[in-house]
Formats: sequence, structure tokens, C-alpha cells
Amino acid sequence: MSTISKQVTAGFDVERYREDFPVLKQNIHGKPLVYLDSAATAQKPFAVIDAIRRFYEVDCANIHRGVHELSQRSTAAYEETRSKTRRFLNARADEECIFVRGTTEGINLVTSTWGRRNVKAGDEIIISAMEHHSNIVPWQMLCEETGATLRVIPINERGELLMEEYAKLLNPRTKMVAVTHVSNALGTINPVKQIIDMAHSVGALTLIDGAQAAPHTKVDVQALDADFYAFSGHKVFGPTGIGILYGKMALLNAMPPYQGGGDMIREVTFAKTTYAHLPYKFEAGTPNIAGGIGLGAALDYAEKLGVEKIAAYEHSLLEYGTEALSSIPGLRLIGTAREKASVLSFVMEGIHPHDIGTVLDQQGIAVRTGHHCAQPVMDFFQVPATTRASLAFYNTFGEIDALVAGLQKVKEVLA
Amino acid sequence: MLDDLYNELIKDHANNPRNCRLMEDATNQAPGFNRTCGDSLMLYLKVDNGIIQDASFVGEGCQIFKASASLMTDRLKGKTTAEAEALFDTFHEVLTTDVPLAAELGKLAALGGVRKFPMRVKCATLAWHTMKNALGESGTAASTE
Repeated sequence: MSTISKQVTAGFDVERYREDFPVLKQNIHGKPLVYLDSAATAQKPFAVIDAIRRFYEVDCANIHRGVHELSQRSTAAYEETRSKTRRFLNARADEECIFVRGTTEGINLVTSTWGRRNVKAGDEIIISAMEHHSNIVPWQMLCEETGATLRVIPINERGELLMEEYAKLLNPRTKMVAVTHVSNALGTINPVKQIIDMAHSVGALTLIDGAQAAPHTKVDVQALDADFYAFSGHKVFGPTGIGILYGKMALLNAMPPYQGGGDMIREVTFAKTTYAHLPYKFEAGTPNIAGGIGLGAALDYAEKLGVEKIAAYEHSLLEYGTEALSSIPGLRLIGTAREKASVLSFVMEGIHPHDIGTVLDQQGIAVRTGHHCAQPVMDFFQVPATTRASLAFYNTFGEIDALVAGLQKVKEVLA
Repeated sequence: MLDDLYNELIKDHANNPRNCRLMEDATNQAPGFNRTCGDSLMLYLKVDNGIIQDASFVGEGCQIFKASASLMTDRLKGKTTAEAEALFDTFHEVLTTDVPLAAELGKLAALGGVRKFPMRVKCATLAWHTMKNALGESGTAASTE
């Protein structure tokens, strides 16, 4: 461990925080669990688990409907999460935070409402070569439907966006620039502020996929001047099936509704229906109430810990892991951007990621293997798949050592 | 458990796959992909009078996939298409249930260790599903994901 790492670790009591995560205290195949798959989903602290349990045990009722005590409690708790989200993202108003199932639904909401209303044949949408499928396919579908053209910002061998190529793609026909804040397959942190400013200079809007950024970096949508920003609850230590789409108020107000149903209406007659104001216009049907309440608890937890503190500790882990993995003969890191967060994606000469994954699992080590829903990234690096170890603040330096030892075992078993 | 999965026979076939070649005069062929894993192959069969005269594949993937494709193509040669289909059923049942390993499996029994690794069954069966497609609607892509 380097001197810097030691200093960071000294101020960060990881063992204490691990106590908050019951799932981490178990053996897998007789070995202590080493969970290195937080980019797929993060583990949940007691605070989140307890909040969900308390909702079902004590407060369970539908929201925005009854006048009875339980309905008031559940409504208040659910709406409180919206305020917490506003603080978490530094949005201007609670109504700018729309509850969705996750980042994927957030992006689909934008393509199917803003997109259908505003994008026409001849228009252009820009995405990047490192996008998750969830920030590719909805735009492709929109382009197919409208006759617009999809343009792709290329990346270099380190897995960084080629900003000069991006500048060339921008033109007055560009209607939207949709890029990820942090790449799930490579760990690259993109210069989103610069990307947004450049998009705005030609009059284009921006959507930032914050699924991987929200757990690891401080997000400030006002400072970024992002038009839309989406993230998933389950990657910030909250439950699955809940996430947030942030949008600037004026844009959201001008957009048609997403799904029709209860809660999103003001008045319904068979002749005409008028729609509810923000944010309910986009929230048809009984939502994931427990999920929303769990997300509120997760954001509280992350805030109490301090996102900057988390980021600093994770960075020291990432540096240690990068050095440790690089010393393994035949191992090649995929994604070596200068600005990186929490992802160690790699391939090993002559060994397929699935075999690596299985042997590591037998050592109690959980990693992700496959294309990580980013097939174009795999194609760019000309690999069919990678093994990805992804970090969270509850991981330890010892767990990186366990990964290195596990990879040694991989070589022994498969040779 | 790992030794059951990655036993010597599996490792031998994975590292030196048999019948790993293009077949110019194939009568039946089909591609198979498991994009999530990164396994892919093209399977070739030469069928004459209902008998599989030759079987080969080209492809990339994990050890379980490669060993399975290698063992399968070895085994198919000389079998009638009906026998090949029956063998598919036996193999599939062995991998997806806890029936005892059938004697007729022969060397294929080396893949029996996969039963304890449910996430890897798709790797072991990809070549087999591709074979079924090649015999049925030749050219149709197979996937076990």
C-alpha cells in the first residue's frame, strides 16, 4: 500500500462501514465474500433495509389518495425522497425530480416524450462509443421512428472520448447530446461540463446517464447545466426498481405525458382529460413506494458518509488495484483513462472471462463477466467480453489482494 | 468442485479442440452465439443418407464451450441424424436435471461437472443447440441465453 493510500485509509474506517452491510458478512463456497460487482448493483445498508421493512410493517398505504393516517405517512415519506433527491443532485425544485424505475426508464421517458415531440427527419442525435445499451437503443428507436440520424463520438485506446471529434459532429441539426457521466465498462469519467457547454453552443440539449456516477462523484446538475440527468437507486445503495430522471422545469413542462393512468391527471371525462402538473404528469399508476422510501434512506446514508469522502477512498482503492492487476503477467486492463472511477475491467491472455468468473466465484470473489451491456465497447477493443471488478467504499485493500490471489488460482486451475 | 468442472479431459479438449476447422463441403451449417458471454461458433455437418459423415466447428469462447463443441463433433461422426437428436436429448437432460450420468454418454460425461454450475450450462449446451438448428432449419442461429 502506498503512503497516500495509507493516509486516505487512516481517515476512513472501512471496517466500521462494512458493519452496515449485512450481506457482506457471509461465506461463499467456504470463503469470505469479496463483493466486487457494485457497478452492477451496490449492496444495501441496514438503513435502507430497515426503512423498507418499516414501511411495510408500519406505514403501508397507497400515496396521494387516502385521507387516512397511513396514507398521509406513506405520502410524506415518499415525497420526502423527492426533496432528498433534489438536494442530492442540487436541482432547483423538487418537481424537477421524476420517479422512474431506473436510468433506463428515465432515458426512455425522454426519448418517447421530448423526443417524439421535438425530433424530426434530418435532425441529429449524438451519443458516444462507450454508452451502455440503455443510452444507445432508445435513441436508435427514436431515430428509426423519426428519420433522425444517430452520430457517435469515438474513443481512444485508453477509453477516453475524442473531444475534437465531438466538436466536429456538433452542428445546428444536433438536437440532443446523450452521454454517460462515468462508463460502466471502462470506468472513464467524462468531461460532462465541457460536453454540455459545447452542445448548448449549437442549441442542442443534453442528457447525462448518471447511473455509474451517482454512487462515486458529487453531482450538481445546476453547475453542469445538464438538461436531463438520470440515475438508478440500486447503484447508490438503494433498492432496485426505483430511479430518478432530473429535467429542467421548463423542458418538463413543455413535454407531453409519458404513460397515461391514475395520478397523472387533473380531470378525466370521456370528452377530454387534462393532465396533472409536475412531477405527477410523468408518474402514472401506483409507484414503487417502498422503493422510493428506500432510496431516500440510501441518499441519507450516502450524504452522511460524504460523497467526496467516498470518492477519495475509492480512488485510492482503484490506484492500488490498478497497480496490483497490472503486475500480473498476461493481464491487460481495458479502460485506462486518466480520469477514472471504481472500475477494473480486464482480459487475460488465453483465458476466457467466464472461466475466470467461475474460478473466482469458487474463491468467494464476485465479479462481472461478459460485455457489460456495452457491446460496441467490446468491439472497439476487439475482445468478446471482459472480467470487471468494480469497487465501492465498503471494499478493502485486502479484498484487492484476494482478487490478485484469486487470479493466480485461475491460472493454476485453467492451465 | 472446480476439479470436476475443469477436469483433465475438459482442459485437453478446450486447449486443443478437435475438429476445429472450416468445412467447405458441409451440407448443413448453423451459427450459434451467446453474446452476453462472448461465445460464438459456426457449426458444420456433412450429412449423407441420414448419416453424419463429418462434423466440425470454428469459434471462440470459454473452456466449457470449446470442450463441449470439441467433444460433440468427435461424437457425432458416424451417427444417424436421429441418433444425434436423441443424444442431444440425453445430454441436455443430464446437464439440466439430476438424473444419473447415462452410460451412453461416454466421454461426454466429462461435462457432468457443469451440473453444479447452473450459470455455465448455457456454455456447455451452445454447440448442441447449434447442431440441432443445423439439422433442422439449417442456417438459423442458435443461442442458449
